Amino acid sequence: MTGWLDISARLRRAGILGINGRNAGYTLPYNRRDRYPLVDDKVLTKKLAAEAGVAVPELYGLIEIQRQVRGLKELLDKHWDFVVKPARGSQGDGIIVVTGRSRSLYRVADGSFLDDEELAFHVSNILSGIFSLGGQTDTALIEYRVNFDPVFEAITYRGVPDVRIIVFLGVPVMAMVRLPTRLSGGKANLHQGAIGAGIDLERGVTLTAVWGNSIVDEHPDTGNPVSGVTIPHWDALLELGARSYELTGLGYQGIDIVLDRDKGPLILELNARPGLAIQMANRQGLRPRLEQVERHHADLKTIAERVAFAKERFAAGRG
Amino acid sequence: MKRAHLFLLAASLTALALAIFLYKYFVFGFPLAPEERTEVWRVEVRLQFEAEEGSVKAAMFIPSRTGRLIVVDQSFVSPGYGITTEPQPGEGIKAAYSIRNAAGLQAVYYRAVVQPSRVAEQDARDSTPKLAPPDLQGPRLAAAQAVVESAKRQSSDASTLAAIILKQLKTARPEAEESFLLGPQPTNRRLVRVAVELLQFAGVPARMVNGIALAPERRHAQFTHWIEYYAEHRWHTLHTVDAAARERAQQFLPWWRGRAPFMELTGGRDPLHSITISRSYEYSLRTALAQQRQLERKLIEFSLFGLPLQAQSLFRTVLVIPMGILLLVVLRNVVGVKTFGTFMPVLIALAFRQTGLLWGCVFVTIVVALGLAVRFYLERLKLLLVPRLAAVVIVVILLLAILTVLSFRLGFERGLSIGLFPIVILTMTIERMTVVWEERGAAEAFQQAAGSVAVGALCHVVMNFPVVEHLFFVFPEMLLVVLAATLLLGRYSGYRLTELYRFRVLAR
Repeated sequence: MTGWLDISARLRRAGILGINGRNAGYTLPYNRRDRYPLVDDKVLTKKLAAEAGVAVPELYGLIEIQRQVRGLKELLDKHWDFVVKPARGSQGDGIIVVTGRSRSLYRVADGSFLDDEELAFHVSNILSGIFSLGGQTDTALIEYRVNFDPVFEAITYRGVPDVRIIVFLGVPVMAMVRLPTRLSGGKANLHQGAIGAGIDLERGVTLTAVWGNSIVDEHPDTGNPVSGVTIPHWDALLELGARSYELTGLGYQGIDIVLDRDKGPLILELNARPGLAIQMANRQGLRPRLEQVERHHADLKTIAERVAFAKERFAAGRG
Repeated sequence: MKRAHLFLLAASLTALALAIFLYKYFVFGFPLAPEERTEVWRVEVRLQFEAEEGSVKAAMFIPSRTGRLIVVDQSFVSPGYGITTEPQPGEGIKAAYSIRNAAGLQAVYYRAVVQPSRVAEQDARDSTPKLAPPDLQGPRLAAAQAVVESAKRQSSDASTLAAIILKQLKTARPEAEESFLLGPQPTNRRLVRVAVELLQFAGVPARMVNGIALAPERRHAQFTHWIEYYAEHRWHTLHTVDAAARERAQQFLPWWRGRAPFMELTGGRDPLHSITISRSYEYSLRTALAQQRQLERKLIEFSLFGLPLQAQSLFRTVLVIPMGILLLVVLRNVVGVKTFGTFMPVLIALAFRQTGLLWGCVFVTIVVALGLAVRFYLERLKLLLVPRLAAVVIVVILLLAILTVLSFRLGFERGLSIGLFPIVILTMTIERMTVVWEERGAAEAFQQAAGSVAVGALCHVVMNFPVVEHLFFVFPEMLLVVLAATLLLGRYSGYRLTELYRFRVLAR
């Protein structure tokens, strides 16, 4: 018991945010309920981003009702590779990344193969809502598969690595890059075994990484060091993050960005309840940074000012 | 501001609940623990007489103004007789049994259930009684004067005066004035009567009380008599037997006051009465309720006890659910246990109430395991979600039926109750588990399933404490305290226990 109290006190001193603290202090007061659908429904998010001129992966097609599943094959035949995802999925559930074909089969990112019928069944499942939060009927998105920038090639096991930035009141406060592993089955989800590497907000260079609940220096599958990698287009990423606030009006959100080899940074999705593992990846608590933004955000009017504030205040080693 | 508001709300909810709770506990005597029992006496008076072919009226006193005892129930058993009760001012209440035509041996009964009362009857309301000095003459007057004079000299107030007069009467030597007043071989009744006369003579309002000593078991109880005198605005009791003897007899039930005979009979002869006393123990709750029926009938009618028994037993279950939910909130938000669905563990816990903990766990495991197998098989058929769920529901029901029959054949009585499992909830659990299984792996699925069952078992244990069930049923206002606790937990923004483990590497 005293051990727990001690850990609790030390965590509080380090400014680590817990789920209850995040909900009570940030998502509840800063995120308006009526804005949630904008980020919970990826179709809406995509539409919103497109209107604002923010780059997103191209949408190949939507499957909204069961009848449309019959036309799936026809739609897919136009594309060699693509991603199928539920519009209201959470934590990366229900996403299938098809990297190519092998005769009549679809090659999936995790190394398995699906036939037409299995893929159609998956889409049906998405439509009936088994991946959506409240179990309500859902829409399936077929979209462009990102050809990720080779910068992460050495530290990724299949799948698509992405950059998660926590944005508070338009100011990027913390970022990490999520690297799929064999354990995560090619998914960039820390809960499922992906690695998260913290990022120095000033220079866009990766710091330490977390895998599960422990700190690692190397990618467990490729053995290459995960720290010290410079992320290209870093300023553009920060700007995307800062702009996402105007996009959704959510005060506290997580923004997932992928780096495409050809198209540059693309917004993959937005999250109104971003996870807290980012603190582990950065070995930093969110709270002191959030409090700084709370104190100063009234003076930060433009996107450039907010990005500059983030780069100045949240550089590595400054917290 | 919001915080203060919340604390204020929680505090006022708690205060309100505690106020009602304490009132019910102290005033009505609702018991805190389900096993608490109190002494209850049943007193039966059998009145027997020979009717003389014609109208008959038998009147007898029934207990009234019983002080620290209370008559919670009384009944008159008398075939063919009409019953009227009439208060006799200053004496008590008389019950009159009357019949137009009766012949031969008659027997009527009066039965009363008596128990100690939490609230003594208010004597303070009495207006000062009128003094009725006895009409004494000649030598009796002189003797009375002598006794009172000597007692007054030795006493300081009405209480000591009464005690001294009684003592003098009891210890009187044969040649003393006291003995003259008492007469030869005085009975207890005579003693009390003379003491009352002397007290009245000395200017202290006094009266004789007729009652019975409540003994655990007595077939032919006799009326005993004692003194009540008025001082300091209330009536005081003074027994003629000494304290030591009284302790053995424990309690006295006052019946009526004054010198009037216990019963009067017209139209009959050879009256004979016998009083039987028996003691039993009843659950305090029932006796407290019975008291209430007399004291505050309205309150009880608008409480859960006013419901039919079936509804009462339903609410016994329903009212413990908030306790399980509170526990669930603590486990989820303070500890950080992962479960399937928000309130699924509480529903599982409710099912456990019927099956028992061990068998409940066994049955849940079997049903979910078999259901999962069927679900994985259905996966291959590529069914749409809703029909697939429906299919699993049907399979789950079939499984429950088969398990019930099997366990009954094998002699497990408990098996009969598994039909009460929340079928749809089980189905959703199976479905959610398959999704988690496929998306996050079997380990995560089992972890969440085990978490759900463990939380369900814990909720079951808490909800099944007899004390908890009893408290929430008897004191439903305690739900406000649970509500207040839940509201406060809603603002708990500290770490979850599992987060301490999760973030422990950051604790520098």
